[in-house]
Amino acid sequence: MSKRITIDPITRIEGHLRVDVEVDGGKVTKAWSSGQMWRGVELILLGRDPRDAWAITQRICGVCTTVHAITSVRAVENALNLEIPVNAQFIRNMIISAHAIHDHIVHFYHLSALDWVDVVSALKADPIKTAQLAESLSDWPLNNKHVMTQTLEKLKSFVGSGQLGPFTNGYWGHPAMKLSPEVNLLAVAHYLQALDAQRHANKIVTLLGSKSPHIQNVAVGGVSNPIATDSQSVLTIERLLKLKEHMDALGEFIRKVYLVDIAAIGAFYADWTKYGAGVMNYLSAPDFPMDSKGTQFLTPGGYIPGGDIGKYKPITAFGDAFLRDGVEESVKHAWYSYSKPGPLHPYKGETTPNYTDFQDDGKYSWLKAPTFYGERAQVGPLANVLCGIAAGHQPTITYATKVLDTASSLLGSKIPLAALHSTIGRHAARAVRAGVMQEVMTQNWQALIDNIAKGDTTSFNKPTFPKGEIMGYGFHEAPRGLLSHWTVIRDGKIANYQCVVPSTWNAGPRDENDKIGPYEASLMDNPIADAEQPLEVLRTIHSFDPCLACAVHVVEDNKEVVQVKAL
Amino acid sequence: MRVVILGVGNILLTDEGVGVYAVNELLARYDLPEEVEVIDGGTSGMDCLDQVSGADHLLIADAMRAKKDPGTITRLSGDQIPAFFKTKISPHQVGISDMLAALNFHGLMPANIVLFGIEPQSFATAMELSPGIAAILPQVVDMIVAELKTLGLSVRPKAA
Repeated sequence: MSKRITIDPITRIEGHLRVDVEVDGGKVTKAWSSGQMWRGVELILLGRDPRDAWAITQRICGVCTTVHAITSVRAVENALNLEIPVNAQFIRNMIISAHAIHDHIVHFYHLSALDWVDVVSALKADPIKTAQLAESLSDWPLNNKHVMTQTLEKLKSFVGSGQLGPFTNGYWGHPAMKLSPEVNLLAVAHYLQALDAQRHANKIVTLLGSKSPHIQNVAVGGVSNPIATDSQSVLTIERLLKLKEHMDALGEFIRKVYLVDIAAIGAFYADWTKYGAGVMNYLSAPDFPMDSKGTQFLTPGGYIPGGDIGKYKPITAFGDAFLRDGVEESVKHAWYSYSKPGPLHPYKGETTPNYTDFQDDGKYSWLKAPTFYGERAQVGPLANVLCGIAAGHQPTITYATKVLDTASSLLGSKIPLAALHSTIGRHAARAVRAGVMQEVMTQNWQALIDNIAKGDTTSFNKPTFPKGEIMGYGFHEAPRGLLSHWTVIRDGKIANYQCVVPSTWNAGPRDENDKIGPYEASLMDNPIADAEQPLEVLRTIHSFDPCLACAVHVVEDNKEVVQVKAL
Repeated sequence: MRVVILGVGNILLTDEGVGVYAVNELLARYDLPEEVEVIDGGTSGMDCLDQVSGADHLLIADAMRAKKDPGTITRLSGDQIPAFFKTKISPHQVGISDMLAALNFHGLMPANIVLFGIEPQSFATAMELSPGIAAILPQVVDMIVAELKTLGLSVRPKAA
């Protein structure tokens, strides 16, 4: 007898992501992923000046502000065939790499660590033993017994005061929680330290982007940061040196804490390398252009079909035809209607809502279902890391090897590369990518300094819009994976605009051929110990860093949290 | 004394963005003393952490659904504000309450917090307030100004 479980966060308006699973014999046998809110932002852009699109699209979502701004200007620049000064590339690159690091750290420590860490169990830890364990793993200066003792005291006083604060609603004592009290305490200590670490990334975005959370410095044609070595209020040498301090601090945290913690969680939860693979076609974009055209990138990207890195095919430049011609979106199972049957390419994309109800075999989501040459594809750090390995990208290989080796030595048996095709593998890939991003950021910092030293302070090329119709697309390897904006511009005004966001790729519903998407596929066969507390479903969905229907942000007066309905 | 005024919400969804419209209106109408920092927080949560941490007073303007008539302005302070973390399936649910909970756990909570919650009328996709909410926007600004005055701050209307 199968049992249906619905997880629907009823915070905010109609909620964001709803996941339904059918469980039979203690395992997931069927799954539906449903975006629960309409995102009609594209319609707002129609008829507007393309130079304003970035400022509007960065309001789509609260976490991915910067990434929409960057992708939007890239789309318009692609339509105009406009090259931008390398200084602008370097400044944009530093902003997006800092943003990615911020996202990855916050996602792991503040949004998903509690799926694996039992905070209540940490109260029983011996802080001396915790420090011994921590110091055996890493020479991070904040792994000592004083820090662990203080963390335990802080936790005790917090729990003693009757509030779990940040940790309310965790699945304490759940049978799927496996860490020792000491490892749990170590995780709490690093949770607190991560909050300090993420600030360095935020500071970098603020220093370069003029403002946070919404950057102000992007423009079609470059950036609006004047560069001068001798003036206040612009990008001065003093500010540049300050940036480097933040970059170095992030590097230390990523290498000595984040990558080590991921390896430890992976080793202690090694059984989770068996679950969550899902769709194994991987799609990722190259990023961090170092030339004005966007043909030389610091990190590679492309397509890997069926998990076979031998079949990797690269995407090589802005405007790349392989990516441009492969993308379509289906609304067969989404709450939209198209004016003609079949999926549509984003340039021809339509945004006409057609809400039915939740239909298991019909329409059930506000997300469209994208395909790449007719196939579903998984996007995100895992896709990016696998493409990096396939392309022989040395920093990616170095960090991936470090994580796998550390985890293998903790487990006492070899964890192969193939273990990355999993729920826990997506977390590991995110940490690997954070390491790579920190190097990318530092390289761009050096490139900017070197270029300014040569006397080049240009940061903007003025765009001019022709009469008639032009079209273009921009891509960015965002924290959650491949993001693309597609625009048609007629007589200098936006005639069509479509955003194909990472979570559409991953969380989209069944497609034109009724094939399930990456979220849905990844849930198949996941063990479910307790249908009333489906922690395992959250673990797998959280491993994607889910992010959709992002927009709504209302304070609620009720304290109801997540509705878990087991039928 | 450091005072932070944080307007949050999504300006692409009509009244969802009322908090942002309110702080922009405040900046347009008043000259504020330098102790006051005004932030357009958009839909971000954790990204505002730095600016908010350690403030003496935090004033927040946001849409709030409290099952009241559209346009009703509710003033909440201190413990009335839900500073708890929600179980999250999406990071976009890292909202104000999560940010406050994080500050609390770190001992960086602003000493006084006041939230002006405005009951919304519409969440349609559009970059302007619904007429009913636009009409009460000046009242929201007046309430923020009155709050600043009770803190002993000098707030002056801009010269016309």
